[in-house]
Amino acid sequence: MKHLLSVADLDAAAATGLLDTASRLKDTLLGREVRKLPTLRGRTVVTLFYEDSTRTRVSFEIAGKWMSADTINVSAKGSSVSKGESLRDTSLTISAMGADCVVMRHPASGAAHRVAGWQDKDAATTGTHTSVVNAGDGTHEHPTQALLDAATLRDSLGSIAGRRIGIVGDVLHSRVARSNVLLLSLLGAEVVLIAPPTLLPTGVGEWPCRVSHSLDAELPALDAVMMLRVQAERMHGGFFPSAREYAIAYGLNENRLGLLPEGAPVLHPGPMVRGMEIAPAVADSSNAKVLAQVRNGVHVRMAVLYHLLAGAPE
Amino acid sequence: MAEPRRGDAGARELLSAADVTRTIARIAHQVIEKTAFGPGNTADLVLLGIPTRGAVLARRLAAAITEFSGAAPAVGSIDATLYRDDLRRGPARALVDTAVPEGGIDGRLVVLVDDVLMSGRTVRAALDALRDEGRPRAVQLAVLVDRGHRELPIRADYVGKNVPTARSEKILVRLTETDEGDAVLIERGGRE
Repeated sequence: MKHLLSVADLDAAAATGLLDTASRLKDTLLGREVRKLPTLRGRTVVTLFYEDSTRTRVSFEIAGKWMSADTINVSAKGSSVSKGESLRDTSLTISAMGADCVVMRHPASGAAHRVAGWQDKDAATTGTHTSVVNAGDGTHEHPTQALLDAATLRDSLGSIAGRRIGIVGDVLHSRVARSNVLLLSLLGAEVVLIAPPTLLPTGVGEWPCRVSHSLDAELPALDAVMMLRVQAERMHGGFFPSAREYAIAYGLNENRLGLLPEGAPVLHPGPMVRGMEIAPAVADSSNAKVLAQVRNGVHVRMAVLYHLLAGAPE
Repeated sequence: MAEPRRGDAGARELLSAADVTRTIARIAHQVIEKTAFGPGNTADLVLLGIPTRGAVLARRLAAAITEFSGAAPAVGSIDATLYRDDLRRGPARALVDTAVPEGGIDGRLVVLVDDVLMSGRTVRAALDALRDEGRPRAVQLAVLVDRGHRELPIRADYVGKNVPTARSEKILVRLTETDEGDAVLIERGGRE
């Protein structure tokens, strides 16, 4: 593996390999006093974030540090980006300083692909390779989120193949939804997108999943449900009449939780907007796996860094 | 006796299935003697196999020790992959299971178990992994085959069979749990 830009770049064996590595790293560190592995000693990981983020950035930073990589955080605010430096120049500057891996988040879909292209071109002349990990690019993809969701589903359900998993809400603005549809279907799950027509992207008919507009009709047959945050910051215009109406039609409340099979896991990529897509009682119920997702996030990102940086450069 | 498998053509048998069983039994007796393991002294001993075949051997060794001493030692496995010094020399290696038995290794006598001892680098990695896992009272090493060519100052406390080899030769350990039948074979390699 050279970069991790999209779930579409993974085949089932590679995805399962990453999940297996993550679960073994979790077992290895479980109960240890010293949570530090020497595996990535001397490797440098830079997180380059052009969008606000807490969990993803911290999760990558912890993942790198637990494997002894040197982790440095760069955010667009307070860097040369605010002086007008281009993405290309910033990313090449970081790799010129010796970064082995750039973990990047950017509001533009495809930004990570562009950076990976520039890095590969640069590597051809300098001979030093820099891996790029997509930690969210616009409304396109967020592969490590999908991997940690899959890890959590595997923990809760035992397996993913043959399960029916609902993804509910703002699919249009969600990079998490696209990555999850690709990954879960790759791993053999049946994915159902449940959203109002205004919050579905064009071309969704070609995704490897089914589309439904009725949450109540789908819930009883789901093995697990993933609620998406309504991304108000990306919305310009009326996608639904009011927040209240959205919550009534597509929010997961206690009554709807009762429609799901007993103990069915409820996932949310966070940050949760309580009272909007998920009722507080549901968010605090034993079905909610939000913190398990966060825990798995560190191990999944350790696995990604391991597969990118531990072996010989390709 | 295990028939050499396809792909084992040109391999000579060093230990038959019966030899493997006898060798494990002998190591079990030696461990009991050296560690004074028995019904009155069970808390101390932990057998940790280095996956894949070392972990299988550790379980077999534990069963033999239980049979001869009347007490069951703790048994588990420890993956040393994350501590290897040759990770950069190939593509990323898949990790294997680590299963440290309940009670951990602090203050206990750990016997590392592996199938073949050669350079000693895997054992060094396992020692480093142990160091992060806890602080054993002492660590010993048991191997089914010692084939020489050490690159580090490491030796085994219990050796099933010493086999002088050329570097180019290959030692193939077959165990029923992971392969077809038990056997240890030596395969003549290409050029030195």
